[in-house]
Amino acid sequence: MENQVRCYNDIVSEAFDSEDVKTDTSIDQIYVEKTILKLYKEFEKNSSIDPDLPLLIKEVHSKLLKKCLINLPKSYECLDASRTWIIYWILHSLWILNDMPDHETLSAVVKFLDQCQHEDGGYGGGPRQYPHLGTTYAAVNALSIIGTDEAYDSIDRSSLQRFLWTVRDVDGSFALHKDGEQDIRGAYCAISIAKMTNTYTEALFDKTAEWIVSCQTYEGGFAGCPGMEAHGGYAFCGIASLALLNRTQLCDIDSLLRWSVNRQMRIEGGFQGRTNKLVDGCYSFWQGAAFPIISAILSKDNKELIETVLFNQSALQEYILICCQNRDGGLIDKPGKPRDIYHTCYGLSGLSVAQHGTGVMDPYVVGSPSNELNRVHPLHNVAPHLVYNSVHYFIRHPPPVKDKN
Amino acid sequence: MSDCGDSDVLWIPYKERPEWSDVTPVPEDDGPNPVVVIAHSEKFEDVYDYFRAVLQSNEKSERVLHLTKDALELNPANYTVWQYRRDLLKHLNTDLRTELDYVEAVIKNSPKNYQVWHHRRVLVEWLQDPTMELELTGDALLQDPKNYHAWQHRQWAIKTFGLYEKELDFVDNLITDDVRNNSAWNQRYFVVNNNLGWSDLICQQEVCYTLEKINFVKNNESAWNYLRGLLIHDKRGLSGNAVITSFCEELYKNKCRSPFLLAFIIDVCEDAIKKKDTNCFHNADRAVELCQALATRYDKIRSKYWNYLCERYKKYQSEQLSNDNKTNDLIIDE
Repeated sequence: MENQVRCYNDIVSEAFDSEDVKTDTSIDQIYVEKTILKLYKEFEKNSSIDPDLPLLIKEVHSKLLKKCLINLPKSYECLDASRTWIIYWILHSLWILNDMPDHETLSAVVKFLDQCQHEDGGYGGGPRQYPHLGTTYAAVNALSIIGTDEAYDSIDRSSLQRFLWTVRDVDGSFALHKDGEQDIRGAYCAISIAKMTNTYTEALFDKTAEWIVSCQTYEGGFAGCPGMEAHGGYAFCGIASLALLNRTQLCDIDSLLRWSVNRQMRIEGGFQGRTNKLVDGCYSFWQGAAFPIISAILSKDNKELIETVLFNQSALQEYILICCQNRDGGLIDKPGKPRDIYHTCYGLSGLSVAQHGTGVMDPYVVGSPSNELNRVHPLHNVAPHLVYNSVHYFIRHPPPVKDKN
Repeated sequence: MSDCGDSDVLWIPYKERPEWSDVTPVPEDDGPNPVVVIAHSEKFEDVYDYFRAVLQSNEKSERVLHLTKDALELNPANYTVWQYRRDLLKHLNTDLRTELDYVEAVIKNSPKNYQVWHHRRVLVEWLQDPTMELELTGDALLQDPKNYHAWQHRQWAIKTFGLYEKELDFVDNLITDDVRNNSAWNQRYFVVNNNLGWSDLICQQEVCYTLEKINFVKNNESAWNYLRGLLIHDKRGLSGNAVITSFCEELYKNKCRSPFLLAFIIDVCEDAIKKKDTNCFHNADRAVELCQALATRYDKIRSKYWNYLCERYKKYQSEQLSNDNKTNDLIIDE
């Protein structure tokens, strides 16, 4: 079977061969493999006496996330301009874990996000901060996860659409904020926001698909901007954007698939972000979520349904469950790194993708059956029905001002 | 998450500074039910209370320029502060050379931050002077040869101001240091693609360069990817370059089973099939055989992918078979 859990001896046999040429890349890689092999060995010992392993410690993660939704330690000062992100990461993680906060707390979140909404449209990373596409994407996703009329109605969609226009460039690309840097994240966030809130217009995204395709590199992945190196986060932005724009036929899907499958690490089971870089738990989602999108595109092109995702689902689950859980709650990049909310969100999102694949087949859950998570929509990284609810709410409630541009 | 200079004992809070007594600090307004409240240090709170105040009053003065420096030291990822600082620079007509020095120092401390590099780029655009950029990014890449932000800034400067001249040497040094540095390979592609162009001669040179590097380390995906990338520009395609195909077959004969070699041969087969130019080495049967070897032995983690591709080549096999039969029929008919 292609999806069976690997045994330790098989994993060891995949160790990196430096061919007697030691370089920084090989030294770093071999070091990481050593730490990870230790964990897999320990796991094999433990699992022989406890068939429920590996276990996702859901309650411990939930508890930490709920605490962080209210208060965060000083170490999060560097994310003071990303507080809407923190909210999205926490709420989405809790949704995946099927342990949403009570209505009162969610209502408090809606009111706080409203404080972050800027009079020029869009959301800043905190109250009184300038609107930014990243923090707006996070706020819109968070509000659609909350999914109440109060949440939906709190979005000023007329000014939001104006904001999207102010960050659009003539070539179809988007800057993250007014006079800010411009890269493929901008395009993805803008498209996702516009689709989710029904502020999308053809004119707003004229030439955007063409610009995104110009970011596909000779390796097959997408870069942050034309000329740069293919990268997991940007590759997700690229292919998810094209899918949302219904323009996937513009890109080279075979080379994207080849590049994506090669990002899965032979020993670790997790994904690296770029060729010859190290594994990182967050790419479990960024790389992992590209696969259901790719399967959908191939199904359309080849006119036969590809029900599976073309990466090793169990190896990815092994990496997340065995190597990326902090025993006090939260997920991490790789062993030895500190936990944080970002890696918790994208580790859990990736685990969900690894379990549910395209969503067509029964979930494939490694370890305890209790590890099964809720599904996510691979294009927005919000639950599929919550995307649907939000989109349809906004179709029923068109924005008060039509796009005049 | 850097420690934000709580150690400086000489620090006087803004609320105790007489020259700021005319400003009423504006505390963070999280609304009636605050969430995701960060336990800020007193210093952080003090500085940002004053930053919010001047942002609200839209004060553009020298003292605010200093204030933004303090705010950025506490959180260099605050894009609002950076943007406001740029507005100040313009408004106050500040000497941009000192600002270049300042942002260079910030980059040295936070080399993986979107805002600092963007600030640098805007300054260089205003000054229309890129003379420091290759050195600055070169230093950052010395620290981390795969720093994405540094490469992006470097590419921008090179492309905008035509600084290609010595870039191939720079890249070559990095590849010599670490032949697995994929960012350096990507930069090689960038230089050839944007400056040298993919003429027959250049293609040939690049093929030689790359094959040499593959010979050095066979299991290096970066070099294999570059080889495939440059062949996009070779009229003869993947299967038409005898130097490459015989190089690969030689490796294979010498028992090299690097998954990248096998994968490359599969691509050569596919190219040959599509061009209806198959031969005893490159055909659907070989592709099927290699896919199976990869799925079951040399690249098991990707077995699903290799099995998926295998099905594709099996279709080619059966098409080939039926074509052969048709040809046979014709011969019999005659």
